[in-house]
Amino acid sequence: MMPNIFVRLMLVCCLMQAVSTWAQEARPMENNAVAEVQVQRLSEQLRCLVCQNQTLADSHAELAQDLKQEIREMAAKGMSDQAIIDYLVARYGDFVRYRPPLKSTTVLLWLGPFALLLAGGVGLFMTLRRREKLAVDAPLNADEARKVSELLEMDKES
Amino acid sequence: MKRFLLPLVIFLVMVGFLFIGLNLDPREVPSPLVGKPAPMFSLPRLDDPKQVFSPKDMLGKVWLFNVWASWCGACRDEHPILVELSKSGLVPVYGMDYKDTREEAQQWLQQGGNPYVATVMDVDGRVGIDYGVYGVPETYVIDKTGVIAYKQIGPVTYEALREKILPLVKKLQTQ
Repeated sequence: MMPNIFVRLMLVCCLMQAVSTWAQEARPMENNAVAEVQVQRLSEQLRCLVCQNQTLADSHAELAQDLKQEIREMAAKGMSDQAIIDYLVARYGDFVRYRPPLKSTTVLLWLGPFALLLAGGVGLFMTLRRREKLAVDAPLNADEARKVSELLEMDKES
Repeated sequence: MKRFLLPLVIFLVMVGFLFIGLNLDPREVPSPLVGKPAPMFSLPRLDDPKQVFSPKDMLGKVWLFNVWASWCGACRDEHPILVELSKSGLVPVYGMDYKDTREEAQQWLQQGGNPYVATVMDVDGRVGIDYGVYGVPETYVIDKTGVIAYKQIGPVTYEALREKILPLVKKLQTQ
């Protein structure tokens, strides 16, 4: 019974694999390959404002399609990445960028995690230091010392 | 007792942040266009495509620029409020029909009433991009010099009119 299920599962996987190989990437609308690479690169860095946790590349929202078309036209005109990003930031704000720029309003966003890490590290260090002081030396008595050396001897022989 | 104080304080600070976060609307992205001149355009009017409208025509007046569409559900909520506002005559409202068809838009205005002095058609959404539109309805308050003074994201509500839009309009009108 078990192998049977296994074989079936394998078969299903193979079939699914076959289906996925049939599927094709959507054809870029512009023949300009360089521009298309730029569009792809940019749309992976820019946020779709309709479905805010998706990039323009991932989103199927109509606005995302429009913006990609807009980017495609700007790329075809030979505009640089920075110029295209600036164009979108001027309209939609820094929020369209998945990588927010470092400026006074975003300092906390950029440095916050490191500050927290540092605070955690300092806290850990101080706690460990405190505990170290709490640990009391407990000397072995004669009987215990003998047992320990016996065990160590045994360990050496084996 | 003292050793519990610090975790408690951290916990309370976190609760505070989360509580504030609960009351924020992530859809409201502050527009970089506020305080900047309203982007220029020249678009055909909905009622008569031969006539064009441009924000240039409105220099010297305070006006509202409302982006809407017949396919937009939230526009249905704000529509009666806009109709009421236009009847009050406090401020002229101009509309932009965003990515819509002429027939459906006209039908919409016939059914719900037409609050707009004029409506232009942005069929391909290009002007919408210039205005940073990402979810209709959106409404801009534009001052006498053609600068965007305020952007309302989402439907205009009575509350927004009373507390933000109308006081601002009044202030701008006296300038």
